[in-house]
Amino acid sequence: MEFWDSNFGIFLIILAKCLAVTVGVLISLAFLMYADRKVWAAVMMRRGPNVVGVFGLMQSFADFLKYIVKEVVVPAGADKPVFFIAPMIAFVLAVISWAVIPFDNGWVVANLNIGILYIFAISSLEVYGVIMGGWASNSKYPFLGSLRSAAQMISYEVSIGFIIVGVLISTGSLNLTAIVMAQDGDWGLLSWYWLPHLPMVVLFFISALAETNRPPFDLPEAEAELVAGYQVEYSSTPFLLFMIGELMAVVLMCALITILFFGGWLSPIPFLPDGIHWFIIKVLMCFFMFAMVKALVPRYRYDQLMRIGWKVFLPLSLGWVVLVALFAQYGWFGGAYARWAVGG
Amino acid sequence: MTVAAVIFYLFACTAVASGLLVVLARNPVHSVLWLILTFFTSAGLFIMMGAEFVALLLVIVYVGAVAVLFLFVVMMLDVDFAELKQGIAKHMPIALLVGVVLVMELMLIIGSGLWAGQTEVVREGLSPTPEGVENTVALGQIIYTRYIYLFQASGLILFVAMVGAIVLTLRHRVDVKRQNVITQMHRDPAQAVVMKDVKPGQGI
Repeated sequence: MEFWDSNFGIFLIILAKCLAVTVGVLISLAFLMYADRKVWAAVMMRRGPNVVGVFGLMQSFADFLKYIVKEVVVPAGADKPVFFIAPMIAFVLAVISWAVIPFDNGWVVANLNIGILYIFAISSLEVYGVIMGGWASNSKYPFLGSLRSAAQMISYEVSIGFIIVGVLISTGSLNLTAIVMAQDGDWGLLSWYWLPHLPMVVLFFISALAETNRPPFDLPEAEAELVAGYQVEYSSTPFLLFMIGELMAVVLMCALITILFFGGWLSPIPFLPDGIHWFIIKVLMCFFMFAMVKALVPRYRYDQLMRIGWKVFLPLSLGWVVLVALFAQYGWFGGAYARWAVGG
Repeated sequence: MTVAAVIFYLFACTAVASGLLVVLARNPVHSVLWLILTFFTSAGLFIMMGAEFVALLLVIVYVGAVAVLFLFVVMMLDVDFAELKQGIAKHMPIALLVGVVLVMELMLIIGSGLWAGQTEVVREGLSPTPEGVENTVALGQIIYTRYIYLFQASGLILFVAMVGAIVLTLRHRVDVKRQNVITQMHRDPAQAVVMKDVKPGQGI
């Protein structure tokens, strides 16, 4: 046992944890990408990918191989270093946010006491991959796409921040594990935050769509106007990195919604045991919602997007913070808004 | 040398080097990117001092918002920066003077402790580590409880500045056609579309 308490042992354990999370998330990402396409196809009454492997399950891996062996094309006027750093930033930032996500009680790589702030910081950096990629391509469509994306992501970060503040006031901690534990109550799924913070769940979901550039807010890569936005000049592995980074941000938002509003790994029915399977089921349901929105909702216009962000979501979420602060201070609704006061 | 020291020097050297490159880079966009790296490494230094809340605030506010807007503006600007940098030799003495004054001010704070034999006291003054509380809680108690009126006053000052900026730049033009979102949203097919049964060869 002594070896695992030495510096080298601890280093090995952390390394193993990081590997387990990264590999696990990446592999599940391959199947989520497949699920995304299948859901989309089902809504459009198509078959979707069905050739590679049983039911087409291996489609993402075939795509992966295809991207890797293709030629990397660099535009003549591109700023080479920035052009290649951009997709790396997009990918790395998407991966490192998983370090603080608790999959089960204690199943977390780094149990930071400011975990939610860390995720917020990382997701606010994700815009750099897009904006640097668009600029370094030295081409009009990517540049327009990246400018759109910068404005969009900054706008929706503000309302996401305020919604998170509401949850933090209720919990009294910035630790993600503590946020989940605060939702552990006698009434199972009724004691999770989605009920007291109901309007904000909807707002957070929509803001998450905009923050991750998913349809109906995928204006940075609106193919009808901008070909493919900031990704136009990218091919092969750099493009793959952008794509993985983007999808991983989506799954991270699903995990965040699960943790903040739907009780993470807690079981919805009081007498059933808690566990990682609940976390996975909730994330999958959330991802299904993301996929359905992509299939069902038509794309917004850019001015509509900005209007919703600044004139509707910002005042609503700001007002909600004030309300929650009031409820928490005076302990109204049986302490549903002040879990730190009533003890869990 | 401990691991912490190695990491400190790594962060410190990166911060200084990228700070230099902010000034020396030829491409203004590269300058802003180096500036972002400077912010980021300073956040790393904050974390090493145990101020994780301030560190992440630096990343969220400066890297995540302010620097993005910098980048945004610099990318859009059509200014010949090579021309602007022509005068760099002329302004160098003033810049150096400002730099020297800043260094002297810093030395006054740090040096007074170093040479007066009360290093520990001054160091604790620089980085107070509150006992038994996370520094999020400690900061919250200082800003929102002890100095709440000063905090509110600074908020008001910022608010006035914001209102001022908007009043100075807002112009209501009467010669443009404005969108009215409410009327747009309440438009339905019955108001917008008319079905006409057009006979062949007649037109409307």
